[in-house]
Amino acid sequence: MTEIFGIPIQALMGQLTIGLVNGCFYAMLSLGLAVIFGMLNVVNFAHGALYMVGAFFSWMLLNYAGVNYWFALILAPIGVAIVGVIIEKTMLRWLYQLDHLYGLLLTFGLALIIEGIFRHNYGSSGQPYELPDVFRGAFDLGFMFLPKYRAWVVVMSIVVCLATWYLIEKTKLGAYLRAGTENPKLVQAFGINVPLMVTLTYAFGVGLAGLAGVMAAPVYLVNPTMGSGIIIVVFAVVVIGGMGSILGSIVTGLALGLIEGLTKVVYPEASSTVVFIIMAIVLLIRPAGLFGREK
Amino acid sequence: MSRTAILYVVLLAMACIAPFVGYPLFLMKCLCFALFACAFNLLVGFTGLLSFGHAMFFGFAAYACAHSAKVWGWTPEVAILFGTLSAGLMGLVVGWLAVRRQGIYFAMVTLALSQMVYFICVQAPFTYAEDGIQGVPRGKLLGVIDLKDDMVMYYFVLAIFAAAFALIYRVIHSPFGQVLKSIRENEPRALSLGYDVDKYKLVAFVLSAALAGLAGATKSLSLGLATLTDVTWQMSGEVVLMTLLGGMGTILGPVVGASAIIAMGNYLSGFGSWVTIIMGATFVVCVLLFRRGIVGEIEHRLGKKKSP
Repeated sequence: MTEIFGIPIQALMGQLTIGLVNGCFYAMLSLGLAVIFGMLNVVNFAHGALYMVGAFFSWMLLNYAGVNYWFALILAPIGVAIVGVIIEKTMLRWLYQLDHLYGLLLTFGLALIIEGIFRHNYGSSGQPYELPDVFRGAFDLGFMFLPKYRAWVVVMSIVVCLATWYLIEKTKLGAYLRAGTENPKLVQAFGINVPLMVTLTYAFGVGLAGLAGVMAAPVYLVNPTMGSGIIIVVFAVVVIGGMGSILGSIVTGLALGLIEGLTKVVYPEASSTVVFIIMAIVLLIRPAGLFGREK
Repeated sequence: MSRTAILYVVLLAMACIAPFVGYPLFLMKCLCFALFACAFNLLVGFTGLLSFGHAMFFGFAAYACAHSAKVWGWTPEVAILFGTLSAGLMGLVVGWLAVRRQGIYFAMVTLALSQMVYFICVQAPFTYAEDGIQGVPRGKLLGVIDLKDDMVMYYFVLAIFAAAFALIYRVIHSPFGQVLKSIRENEPRALSLGYDVDKYKLVAFVLSAALAGLAGATKSLSLGLATLTDVTWQMSGEVVLMTLLGGMGTILGPVVGASAIIAMGNYLSGFGSWVTIIMGATFVVCVLLFRRGIVGEIEHRLGKKKSP
C-alpha cells in the first residue's frame, strides 16, 4: 500500500474526492449568492433553505410521481426558481430602498419558515434518494476508485459554473445585467426592463441553489437541516473569496472543499472549523477577501 | 422628576412586585434574555453593526460560569464575573477580526465565527456535548446569602439586570455613545471628523459581548444549566428577532421584545416545530410592515402628537 506522510493514498484520495464534491456545492451556492448580491444588494440567507427545497423537490418527484433523476434535474430547479419569483415579487422588492441588513433579516425569517415547514412534515431524520442505475459503481483509476456519481457531480457543476460565468461575462444579456448592477436607473432609461431583470436574477440564483440541491440529494440524506448547515460555511467562503468576482467564488468554493477534505485525513478534529479558521486568516491578511473589491 | 425617570421608577417597582404575581423562574429567564437583547441592541441599534453571532458570547459565558461554579466550586458572583470576562475577551478577538469588514460582511463574519465557536463547544470536553452542564449549583452569594430560593435568586438577577441596564443607558447618553451614533448615521463623516472609527466600533463590540456574556452567565446560574442550544446560530437569530420586534435603537425595545419572545416560546412549546415557523413569520412581518418595532412604534406615535 502506497502512503504519503503515513496516510494511505486510498483514504487520502477518498477524502479529497468527497471534499471536491462538497467544494462543488460551495461553488454553486456562493456563485448564486454573488449573482443575487450583485444585482439586488441582498445577502440571501434563504439560499441554504432553497438548496434543501431543491433536494426535497427531486425526492418528492421520484417518490410521489415516479419522475426520474434526469427530469428532476430540470424540473426541481425550475420549481425552486418559481418559489424565488414569488419571494422576490411579494416581499424582497419592498426592501431595495432600505438598509441591506433588512434583506438579510427577511431572508433569515424565510429560511426559518421553509426549514420549519419541511421539519414539520418530514421530521429531522434524512430520506435516502436512490441513485440512478447508470451511476452505480466506480471508475478504477489505478491508484484509486472514483465513484461514478461523484465524478458526474464534479463535471456537471464545473460545467454549470463556467456556463454561468460565460452568460454573465460574455453575452449581451450578461452585459445588461452587469450594467444594471452598476447603474440601474441609467439602464432603465435605455429601455431595459430592470425590475423584470432583477426578478429573473433572483430566480436564476436560487435556481442554481435548487440544482445543487438535486445533485446533492443522492450524496447526502435529504433532510430539512441540510440547508442551514451549509449556508454558514458558504458565507465564510463568500467572505474569503469576496463577492466581486464570479470566477473567484468558483475557485474559492472548490479550493475550500478540497482543504476541508484534506483536513479530514490529517487532523479530523478541525475538519468542521478549518474553513472558519481560514476565513479569520484571510481577514487578517487581505480584509477585502482574496478576489474582493470592497464597495 | 422628569417623565423618563418616573417611567423607570415605575418599571423597577413593577419588576420588584412581579415575582409575587408570576413565576420567578420564568421572570428570571425574561430578565436574562432582556439583558442579552439590550447588549445586542447597543451594537445594532446604536452603532449600526449587525452581529449575527452574539450567541457565542452568551453561550460561552454560560459554559464558563457553569463550569467554574460546578467544577471549581467558585461563589456565584466570581463565577458570573469569570463568564463575563471570558465573553469580553472573546469579543475582543472576534471584534478585532470583524471590524475589518463593513455592513453585510460584518454580519457574515460574526455568524461564521460563532459557528466555529459552536463546533469547538461540540468537541470540547468541558461542555459535555449533547448533555450540557446540568445541575449548576447557585451557591452562596459572597459566601453568605444562599441563592437556592427562587425569590432570592430573582432579586439577585434583577439587581444585575438593573445595574447592567443603567450602564447601557449611561453609555448611550455619554459622549462616547454620541460618537457611536454618528458612526451609525454616517461612518465616512465620523471618520473624516477625526474619530478612529474602528477603535470605537471595537470598544462597543467588546462591551456588547461582555454584557451578552453577563446575561449568559446569569442565565446558567439561575436556570442551572448551560447547553449547546445557547451557542447555536438559531440563538443568534432569536436575539436579533427580540431586538427587531421590540424596536432597534430604542432603549426599552429589547426588554419588551425579549419578554414577548420568551412568553411566546413558553406558550407555544406544545406546538413543536411550529415554533420555528412562527418565529420566521414574525421576522418576515416585522421586516416588511413593522420595522420600528413595538417600542419604536409607540415612541413614533407619541412623538407625532407632541409636535404637530
